[in-house]
Amino acid sequence: MSEMSALPGAVAGGLADISELGLQGMVTLKADLSAPETAAAVRAATGTAVPDRRRIIETETGAVAWMAPDELLILCAHDGADAMVTSLCNTLKGRHYLAVNVSDARAFFAIEGRGAREVLAKLAPVDLHPESFGPGEMRRTRLAQVPAAFWMTSGDSIRLICFRSVARYVFDCLAISARDGGEVGYF
Amino acid sequence: MLILTCPNCGLAADETELSPGGEAHLKRFGPGSEDADFEGYLFHRANPKGVHFERWRHAYGCGKWFLAARDTATLEVFGTYPAQTTEPPAEIITRIRARHPDWSPT
Amino acid sequence: MSTRLATGGRLVDRGAQIEFSFNGKRLQGFLGDTLASALLANGQMLVGRSFKYHRPRGIVASGPEEPNALVNLGEAGRFEPNQRATTTELFAGLSARSQNHWPSLEFDIGALNSYAARVLPAGFYYKTFIHPRPFWKHVFEPIIRHSAGLGAAPKDRDADRYEHFYVHVDVLIVGGGVAGLQAALKAGAEGKRVLLVEQTSAWGGRAPVDGGDIDGTTAKEWINTALQALGNMPNVALRTRCMGAGVYDHGYVLAYEHVADHTPQTDAPRHRLWRIRAGHVVTATGAIERPLSFAGNDVPGVMLAAAMRDYVVNFGVSPGDRTVVVTNNDDAYRTAIILHQAGLSVPCIVDARPQADGELAMQAKALGIRVATGAGIATVRGGKRVTGVALCRQAGEGATTEEIACDAVAMSGGWSPVVHLWSHCGGKLVWDDARACFRPDPDRPPRGADGEAFVSVTGAANGDFALAEILPDARVEEPSEAPLLPVWMMPQGAGVAKRAKMWLDFQNDVKVSDVQLAAREGYESVEHTKRYTTLGMATDQGKLSNINGLAVLSHALNAPIPQVGTTTFRPPYTPISMGAIAGEARGDIFQPIRRTPIHDWHEENGAAFEPVGQWRRPYCFPRGQESHAEAVAREITATRTSLGLLDASTLGKILVRGPDAGRFMDMLYTNMMSSLKPGRCRYGLMCNENGFLMDDGVVARLDEDTFLVHTTTGGADHIHAHMEDWLQCEWWDWQVFTANVTEQWAQVAVVGPNARKVLEKLGGDLDLSAAALPFMGWAEGRIGDFRARVFRISFSGELSFEVAVPASRGRAFWKALHEAGAEFGATAYGTEALHVMRAEKGFIMIGDETDGTVIPQDLGLDWAISGKKEDYLGKRAHARAHMTDPARWKLVGLQTLDGSVLPDGSYALAQGRNANGQRNTQGRVTSTYLSPTLGRGIAMGLVLNGPERMGEVLSFNTVGEATVEARIVSPVFYDPEGEKQNV
Repeated sequence: MSEMSALPGAVAGGLADISELGLQGMVTLKADLSAPETAAAVRAATGTAVPDRRRIIETETGAVAWMAPDELLILCAHDGADAMVTSLCNTLKGRHYLAVNVSDARAFFAIEGRGAREVLAKLAPVDLHPESFGPGEMRRTRLAQVPAAFWMTSGDSIRLICFRSVARYVFDCLAISARDGGEVGYF
Repeated sequence: MLILTCPNCGLAADETELSPGGEAHLKRFGPGSEDADFEGYLFHRANPKGVHFERWRHAYGCGKWFLAARDTATLEVFGTYPAQTTEPPAEIITRIRARHPDWSPT
Repeated sequence: MSTRLATGGRLVDRGAQIEFSFNGKRLQGFLGDTLASALLANGQMLVGRSFKYHRPRGIVASGPEEPNALVNLGEAGRFEPNQRATTTELFAGLSARSQNHWPSLEFDIGALNSYAARVLPAGFYYKTFIHPRPFWKHVFEPIIRHSAGLGAAPKDRDADRYEHFYVHVDVLIVGGGVAGLQAALKAGAEGKRVLLVEQTSAWGGRAPVDGGDIDGTTAKEWINTALQALGNMPNVALRTRCMGAGVYDHGYVLAYEHVADHTPQTDAPRHRLWRIRAGHVVTATGAIERPLSFAGNDVPGVMLAAAMRDYVVNFGVSPGDRTVVVTNNDDAYRTAIILHQAGLSVPCIVDARPQADGELAMQAKALGIRVATGAGIATVRGGKRVTGVALCRQAGEGATTEEIACDAVAMSGGWSPVVHLWSHCGGKLVWDDARACFRPDPDRPPRGADGEAFVSVTGAANGDFALAEILPDARVEEPSEAPLLPVWMMPQGAGVAKRAKMWLDFQNDVKVSDVQLAAREGYESVEHTKRYTTLGMATDQGKLSNINGLAVLSHALNAPIPQVGTTTFRPPYTPISMGAIAGEARGDIFQPIRRTPIHDWHEENGAAFEPVGQWRRPYCFPRGQESHAEAVAREITATRTSLGLLDASTLGKILVRGPDAGRFMDMLYTNMMSSLKPGRCRYGLMCNENGFLMDDGVVARLDEDTFLVHTTTGGADHIHAHMEDWLQCEWWDWQVFTANVTEQWAQVAVVGPNARKVLEKLGGDLDLSAAALPFMGWAEGRIGDFRARVFRISFSGELSFEVAVPASRGRAFWKALHEAGAEFGATAYGTEALHVMRAEKGFIMIGDETDGTVIPQDLGLDWAISGKKEDYLGKRAHARAHMTDPARWKLVGLQTLDGSVLPDGSYALAQGRNANGQRNTQGRVTSTYLSPTLGRGIAMGLVLNGPERMGEVLSFNTVGEATVEARIVSPVFYDPEGEKQNV
C-alpha cells in the first residue's frame, strides 16, 4: 500500500525533539456522551470508559479523548480505524450518533524533551505550567494561527494533532520554537 | 483582551481562542412575519454602553457556542451560560443588579 | 569633557574591555556599560540633533526616558534606527551612528532652522502650508516628507528571529527595585505563582545609587538578600531585561524581553514578547526625574541630576569636571555629594527654594559645597557643550546676578511616578499637591473580569519616594528630605526671549513659549495642545516633558493642574520591535499555507500556484516556455477532447447526519434536499438570513440519515460553522450531528470524453457505466486497489467523475491516474482552466457572480428554489420589497462584437450621469475569459432586465475613454443541451 502521512519522517531538534509520527488511526464519535449506550459502545470498541470533560484516557491500542460535550476522538491503529467505525455503528445502531474515520484528515506530531512545554508555550495561549497542565488532559486550542489539540503522555512528552493541510506550517512553527538558543528556562 | 469561561468545556479561554457572534437572545422571524419584525431581527441591535448579552463560539477549542453577559464599558463579565437558553439565567441577573441596581432587562 | 573615572562603576567590569564604534570612530568601553555611559566615557556628550531645529543635543538621562540619545544602531540585517543609547547595552563590535543631521553631527546644515526658530513656532506647518491648496500635495508634502522622521529606515531583511511566550501567573510584578522585590517577597511567601520583571539588566532600581540603610544593612545588601530569598522560592520567577510594556483588559500584560540584543552573535531569538495573563499586576515602575525649564536647558552637558550620579556610581563615568546643580528639592543634593566624593568639582548648588536646610543640604554644606538659595539659572552658556551658567533670582525676570564657569549642569525639578502601566487599562490619577506629581488614585483602579481592581501600585510609582515609605515595616535609615517647591519656569518671571529657549520636549523641539502660544490661540484641552504643539508625541512619548508641559499650560490657562489633566497613557511603555510583535509569523510561516495531499506533485511538475483562501491551488501547469495563457488553453483543449485531471481535494466535505438531517438540509438549502434518494447527488444553493447567496455545491445522500455536503473551497470552514451555529443556537432540539471531513479525502476530478475509460482501465469493483452510475449518481467501492467514492458530477460540461480516496492515498491515486491515462494524454489542469470551462457552460462561481449582495433569483437560479418549503434560511428575506424588485440586475451572457475579452469588473453604460457626475450604469461584468474552445472572449454579467434583452448590444467601459460593445446572449456558451456530460 502506498499510504503517505502528511510529512513522512520530518524531524527537528533543539530544546525539544519534534517528529511527525506517521499515520495514526483516528475516529470521531459524536453522540450523547452521558448515555449508557454510548458508554457501552465506547467500552466495546476501546476497552475503556468515556473520559471526563477535557480528559484523555490511554488504552492498549491508542486512546480516547474528550473533544466536546458531544464528541470523542478515538485513537487506534491506522488500519483499524474503519473497523472501529464499523464496531461503533453496530453497537449504536438505532441511536443518534455519528462515527467517522478522520485519520487522514490529521497530522500527528511528538514534541519530546526538557523544553517540550516551552516550545508549545511559544505558540499556544495555554497555561502550560506543570501545576496547571499535565498528563491526562486533552487541550484543544490555537497553535500560532491554526487549531490544534495536544496532550502529555509523560512529564516531558507531548502529542499534538492538527489538520493535515497545515502539517508543514505546524511543523515549521514547532521547529523554529524549538531552535537552540531559544531556551526560556521558565517551567 | 478578554478571558471568557466556556461553559461547555470549562476552560477560561483567551479571546484569541474565541470568535464573537454578536448580540444574544435574538428571536428569529421567518416567512410570513411582518416587515418590521423581520427588519428588527436582521438589523436592529442594542449596542449598549453597559450590560450586554453576547454570543461567543469557542472556535479553537471545543467548537461550541455559549452566551456571555458583559459590561461593554468596564468589560466586567457577569457570567457565561449555555447557548441553549432564551433568556439570561437568574443568577446572572442577580450579579448584574449587584453592580447596576437600576438595570432592567429589555 | 566627560570621561571615565579612575575607579568606581558598580555595573561595569573593568577587566573586560570592549571595542565599539560611533560614527565610524573606534572607541573603548567596558562590559556592563550602556552605549550612553561608554560614549560619555569617551568624551562624546554630543550625540544627535533635534527633530525640528537640528539643535545639538547631548545625553540627558540614564534610562528609557532619554529623549536625545537616539542612534542608528547596527548594520545591514541588524540595522535599527531610534535606539536609545541609555538602554542599549554595550557589546563587542557594536556600531552606532548619530541621526537627524547632514552632512555631519558636528556641522549640520539643518541647524539653520534654529536661526529661523522665531518663525517656526507651534502650528507653523498647519498655518503655512494650507494655501494655496494644490501646493500641499505636489510641493510642500514631498519636501516635508524628505526632511521628516528621525533616523533611517532599515533596508535589509531583519536577520534575527523573534518569539512569543505565553505564561499565566497569579501575580505579575513590574519593576525590580526595592518596592518590586518587596512585593515579590510578600506574594512569594503567600505561595502565589509570581513573575517579577525588570527592564534593565540589574536589580535594585535606584536604591544602590541613592543609598539608605534597611534593617541595619545597606540597600545593596538588602537587595542581594531579597534576591537570594526569591531564588529559593520555586513559585517565583525573576526576569531581567524584560520590560512591562502594556497592561490590557482582564489581566493581559505584554512584557518585552531583550534576549539577545547584548549578545547578537548567539543563536538566540533577539526579542521575546511575553504574553502574560496575570491574576493581579503590581506596578513597581519607579519614577522619572523632571527637567527644569530654564533658558538653554537643552545644551549638551545639561543632564538630569539623578542620571548624572547614575553615571558616576554605576559606570564610573564623570559627565563633567565642574557641575552646577540646579534644583527645587533635596534629592539633587545627592548628586552634588556624589560628584564631590568622586573628586569632581561642584561650584554651586542653585536651589530655587528660599531655604535649604534639609539633612542632605546640611551634608553638602558640610562638604564645603556652596548653596545659592532662592536662585535660578538665567541662561546656560555654550553651544555644543555647556561652558557656564548665568544665575538669577528665581523670583525675578532673569537679570544675571552672577556667571559661573562649568562644563555640566545637573538639574532636578522633582519626580514624576511612572504611572503608565497603571493607566493603560483605565486606572485614574490624582494630583498630589505636596509632592507636585500625579499618582494612581486607589479609588479608581483598572478593573478586571470580576469587576475588582487587578492592578495595584507600590513604591515610587505610587509617589512614595522615600525608602521608609516603600518599606513601612522595615527599619530604614536615610536622610529626611525637606519639601520641594514646584518650579515650572525658571525664573518665574522670565521674558519671551528666555521662554523661547526653555525646552519642554527635547526630541520634538517644543518650548515653553510654544505651549503658551497654543493656550493663547485657544487650545484649552491638553490633548489638543499636545497635537498642536507635538509636545510628547516623539518616540519618548513625553516621559520628560508631559508634566512640565501641562503645568505650563495650566498656568497659561490660569487653571489648576488637575483640572487641565494629563494626556492618555497608551502602551507600549517604550517602543517595542515589530519583530517581537510578529513573533514566529514571518517568512514561510507568516500565515498558514494549506497543502493538499497532491501538493508536492504539483510543485514537482511546475505548477503556477494561486491562493484560494489559505490553500495554494495550481492555477495552471506551464510546460517549457509556455505562457500561463497558453498552458490554460492547452489544458482546456486536452480536457474537452480527451482527459483532464483536477486536484479537487480542497472542496469542502461536511457530513450531516441524524434523524432530523433532512429537515435541517431543507433549511440550509434553498431547494428541497430531504427528497434526495440515497445514491444520488443534487446541486444546491445556500443563502444567509439576508437572502444573499453564500455558497453552492453538490449534496450526496449517503444513506437515509446521512448527507455529504460539498462546499466551495473557501466555504468549508465557515459553512461548517454556519451549520453548527443554527444547530447549537436555534434548533438545538433537532437531532443532527455534523463533521467536517474535508481533509480526510483527496478528491480528483477525472474529466473528458475518456474519463470513464481511464477509470475502467484501473479496474476495481465498480460499474461505472452510464446505466449503473448515471449523471448525478454516486457509488462507493474500489477503483484499482483504492477505496473510493465516485460522484458523477460535472463542473465543466464534460463526462466527469469526481473520485474521493483517503488522503493518505491521494498522491498514489493521482499517479495511478496519470499512468493509466498516459495513452489518453492525461493532462493535469488548474483552477484557471476550471474557471474557463465552467464559464463556457454558464455555471456560476461563488465570489465571481456573487459578492454578498446577489440573490439566487438574480442568477436565474429560480429552479433551485423550492416553492413548496415553508421555510429555508433566506426565504423571508427573498420576500422583501428590494429582493422582489423587477429592476434588479440579472445574469446574462455577454459576447463582444469584436471577439475581444471584456475587461474584468467593467460596467455597462447607461444614458446620462448621476448626481456625482459619474456615468450611469445598467450592469456589470462578473466573469470574463478567453475561451479557447470558442476562440473568442466570453463573459457573464448582471444586467438590468438582462434576460428580457437578448440580442441587445451594450457599451462597456474600459480603463480610459474607449468602450467595448457586447451583445447580450445566453450565459451557456458551450453544449447548451448538456449532451457531453450525460453520456
